[in-house]
Amino acid sequence: MKDRRKTLQFALMKTLPIAVSYFFVAVAFGMLMTQAGYPLPWSLFTSVWVYSGAFQFVLVSFLAAGAPLLTISLTALFMSSRHIFYGLSFLQEFRRAGKAFPYLIFGLTDEVYSLFCSLEYPPEVDQPRAMFEIALFSQLYWILGSVAGAAAGSLLPANVKGIDFCLTALFVTIVLDQWKNAASRRPALIGFACALVCLALLGASRFILPAMMLAAGLLLLDAKFRKEAAHEA
Amino acid sequence: MKPDASYAAAAILISGAITYLLRALPFLVFHDGRQMPAWISGLASALPAAIMAILVVYCLKDVPASSAQTQLAAAAGVAATAAVHLWRRSTILSVFAGTAVYMLLLAFL
Repeated sequence: MKDRRKTLQFALMKTLPIAVSYFFVAVAFGMLMTQAGYPLPWSLFTSVWVYSGAFQFVLVSFLAAGAPLLTISLTALFMSSRHIFYGLSFLQEFRRAGKAFPYLIFGLTDEVYSLFCSLEYPPEVDQPRAMFEIALFSQLYWILGSVAGAAAGSLLPANVKGIDFCLTALFVTIVLDQWKNAASRRPALIGFACALVCLALLGASRFILPAMMLAAGLLLLDAKFRKEAAHEA
Repeated sequence: MKPDASYAAAAILISGAITYLLRALPFLVFHDGRQMPAWISGLASALPAAIMAILVVYCLKDVPASSAQTQLAAAAGVAATAAVHLWRRSTILSVFAGTAVYMLLLAFL
């Protein structure tokens, strides 16, 4: 017998680790947005509509710098391209969720994806309902954190120097994690090389878009050449 | 409020649409057991790592042209982030430590 209360309890318990990490990361996001000149409604809007952890931090610095919409779009496209894989694991399960199906797709962040992958559902838990509640609660923690951070940020004196370094630190940790876990370190090395070359050639204000295009092109060639090499061997 | 609210609104709307489209892509394309083209899956698995590396450089892009104090603070901040992360593997702790080191050096050096 499926039990709504047990399902709710299940979803709340399983999202506890996400609650802690999402809340605090989102607080940092909200503070940065406020410091960049975009007060609370902007943080709320971004976390409701975009809901993409690391990218939202990049978005803050792009907004603050007035980056072109093309740069912002391509960065969103390239950074979030990993999400293409997440849905593949749940093609059937998500469809069974009925009306919640479009929201389950929307809520498929890195953390929710890895939680879904690890879950075993007890018999009394209604699985589609639990998945929806897990996705929903996770975004609510993210939104709550963003709003709390934005409110806290407006209490700080304007332009506290150096808070935006948390973006740099966040990407350093992501690169370190990937460096340790990746099957291949070539993509990271290609990224660094392209970024440094383009920075040297084009200067700080114009290098990121060419660097991303160059890296994408090299990765395509790299994959193609390696496949051909494997074919000949 | 920043001068150009419509620019920011457009940036946020577009970013959200692109993110959702990427999350929805497998459901749009693979509903009857079709395979993803190899070049898309290859690129999608390799790109994020490259982009993250580019973003680290992007975050530090203004450091070479800045004051010696900022350069030292940035170097120490990155080193502190990496050290704490290799030690405890907790993203929140590493980010907090690195940012604190950076802010303190900027304020008191």
